[in-house]
Amino acid sequence: MAIAAPPKETGRPGAPPSAPPRKGLQLNRWQRAALTIGGFIVAMLAAAGIWGSQMEFPADVGPPIADWVNDTIRTITRNFSFIFDTIADVVLRFLLWLESIFLWIPWPVMVGGIGYVAWRMVSWRMALFSMLALAAVGFTGLWPSAMETTALIVVAVVISIAVAIPLGILAARSNTIDAILRPFLDGMQTMPSFVYLVPAIMLFGIGNVPAIFATVIYAVPPAIRLTSLGIRQVTPQVVEAAQSFGTTRRQLLLKVQLPMAIPSIMAGVNQTTMMALAMVVVGALVGAGGLGEDVLRALQRFQPGEALLGGLAIVVLAIIVDRVTQAWARERQEALRTDAH
Amino acid sequence: MNGQTEPLRMSVRNLWKVFGPAAGPDVAERLAGMSKTEVQEELKSVVALRDASFDVTSGETFVVMGLSGSGKSTLVRCLIQLIEPTMGQIFVDGEDVLGYTEEERIEFRRKKTGMVFQYFGLLPHRTVLDNAAWGLEVQGLPESERRARAMEVLEMVGLAGWENYRPSSLSGGMQQRVGLARALASDPEILLLDEPFSALDPLIRRDMQGELLQLQQQMKKTIVFITHDLAEAIRVGNRIAIMRDGAIVQIGTPEQIMSNPADDYVADFTRDVRRATVITVGYMMEHPTTRVREDDSPDAAVRAMEAAGADAVFVCTGEGRYVGEVTLEEAKQSLRRGDGAVRAPVDRRFAPIQRQQSIEEALANAWDQHGRLPVVDESGLLVGEVERDALIQAAFEAEATEAASV
Ligand SMILES: Nc1ncnc2c1ncn2[C@@H]1O[C@H](COP(=O)(O)OP(=O)(O)OP(=O)(O)O)[C@@H](O)[C@H]1O
Ligand SMILES: [Mg+2]
Repeated sequence: MAIAAPPKETGRPGAPPSAPPRKGLQLNRWQRAALTIGGFIVAMLAAAGIWGSQMEFPADVGPPIADWVNDTIRTITRNFSFIFDTIADVVLRFLLWLESIFLWIPWPVMVGGIGYVAWRMVSWRMALFSMLALAAVGFTGLWPSAMETTALIVVAVVISIAVAIPLGILAARSNTIDAILRPFLDGMQTMPSFVYLVPAIMLFGIGNVPAIFATVIYAVPPAIRLTSLGIRQVTPQVVEAAQSFGTTRRQLLLKVQLPMAIPSIMAGVNQTTMMALAMVVVGALVGAGGLGEDVLRALQRFQPGEALLGGLAIVVLAIIVDRVTQAWARERQEALRTDAH
Repeated sequence: MNGQTEPLRMSVRNLWKVFGPAAGPDVAERLAGMSKTEVQEELKSVVALRDASFDVTSGETFVVMGLSGSGKSTLVRCLIQLIEPTMGQIFVDGEDVLGYTEEERIEFRRKKTGMVFQYFGLLPHRTVLDNAAWGLEVQGLPESERRARAMEVLEMVGLAGWENYRPSSLSGGMQQRVGLARALASDPEILLLDEPFSALDPLIRRDMQGELLQLQQQMKKTIVFITHDLAEAIRVGNRIAIMRDGAIVQIGTPEQIMSNPADDYVADFTRDVRRATVITVGYMMEHPTTRVREDDSPDAAVRAMEAAGADAVFVCTGEGRYVGEVTLEEAKQSLRRGDGAVRAPVDRRFAPIQRQQSIEEALANAWDQHGRLPVVDESGLLVGEVERDALIQAAFEAEATEAASV
């Protein structure tokens, strides 16, 4: 790394120690830069002269790509609709079942239960906040919507995790898969979430299911990333020591890598949940119910008050979920702490 | 030392390990003439092992010693195939372990070897008990059985009562004991110990060395022990291999290393160790010039002494056990008395010296004796003799060389 510094001679600063004499044109870097920029301007002027100054992009590549995507999705919808119908059916049943349970539980029990969890996992302050805030949601008449939204989020997060853990494991084990997956994950996360709504409708119709589909695509990347990261982060010394006793790859994964990656996976679940909550209103655009629908309706009717209440209810859910899952992740992290060395 | 009697357990031939772009099947030819730094600067690669060859016999504690970065960990990792060597061969019990399939390798690690790691490598999410039981769990032993066995080994290493704690709540020394228990649990024939005591402070370290010696006396495992401390190497090792920049520069018994360092690098290590505490009587003794059996006739004894020009002779039993000494004068009197055997006049005037005692230990009880002292082995057989003055001289010489080299 270290470049041997030539011994500095006194009295002659700046003199290059031993620049080999070069033949031909000698330019310093300013001259070279000026020449390059000059050449570039000349070339552009020449191009403008040839093609005229109102040159436009030959913008005919977009439509064929868009057409191709449209066709593909249409073909998929037409030929494989039975698959998507089955998926939609299963997801919907799961959702309705959860929702009915949430609504069946008397609200004081639900509020108390969540308060208890918040107390055990976080603090009594958080417990107090959760219970008051949830009661407030109930008093504004948003309880059923809040429960529907909760069910939606739970379903979306469960599906996300079911997708993320296997993919995360694959990405952790193979650099190739990781390299392939990475740009997709970046794209999925940065793409405006509205873009997912159209194929969602085409594949699953209108309602809660397409909203869940769009939510999963939007929210799954951090769970995949953090699963992979968690596995890769397991100290090599521990992996090596475990292996030296003759573990199979499967034992290593199930008994060492995954348990040790749990804090990281939990952080992924936390992020995924937060992103799913951010999709609640967007999901309402394709017919999802719950708080998102309330907010959307308020917007369409120019009722800022109702919109604000619905929005606040979403915030309440987000805060509770965030604090509780974070505390859980921290607790797991504590359990893994090593003082070794 | 006992190479003739004990079978060969492990045999390493021309092992190379190169990290970096220079690695390839022909490293031996390409890198043979280059130093470690040259390879590092010119080829951006690290030679961690350079043409290492050695044998380990069954029941032996083979110590590998060298400075940090000399390739010790790389060597043991190769033995258990956590790292694939760039070149060379490793045979364990006659099998070419580098040619193993994945399944064979797993089986080898489960049944034959147990390793203790320099940085412990305990599973932080499991209790001490489950850590100790790890090897057995991986083998698929039922829970109750493996826990019982794990408890046994935890007791053996002095950790009873800690089984339900997590490793993070244990001190470094205790964590290393968990590592040792984990390696012992599946009762492997071969133990690979990578600087097991380096992370411990000196007092605990001596205790652990003592415990290892004790355990080893009961278990008779084949041990490859890594350390960078020669005093430790001498204490636990039957033979020591000294590594430098990936190459083995000397292999020998502690005495051979101490009295005959191959080069300055090895000599540097020996400087910190007092020779008189290391070199054993067995190393400097001579074979007994004259000895007779207790049922030989006095006449035979006299003739033996006269033939050897000695004025005394050691007397042994038929199996060679040391009985005592007879002088020429005593033998002649016995002959005149007409004794049937030389047994009659035997005088046990010397307390025999143990072969495996260090010069310093031997001197402690030879101080008030004089002349030629009998040397016996562990079972009391007469194996040699040593002059008391030679012992004293050896002790002083050792001190003098040490003083000169400081
Ligand atoms: N995975 C690796 N990649 C590159 N170089 C490595 C790797 N492992 C070890 N080395 C290099 O190989 C050489 C030998 O390392 P090794 O860990 O075997 O030394 P050691 O004798 O065990 O040292 P210590 O006493 O510090 O544990 C070192 O120069 C090290 O930098
Ligand atoms: Mg090491």
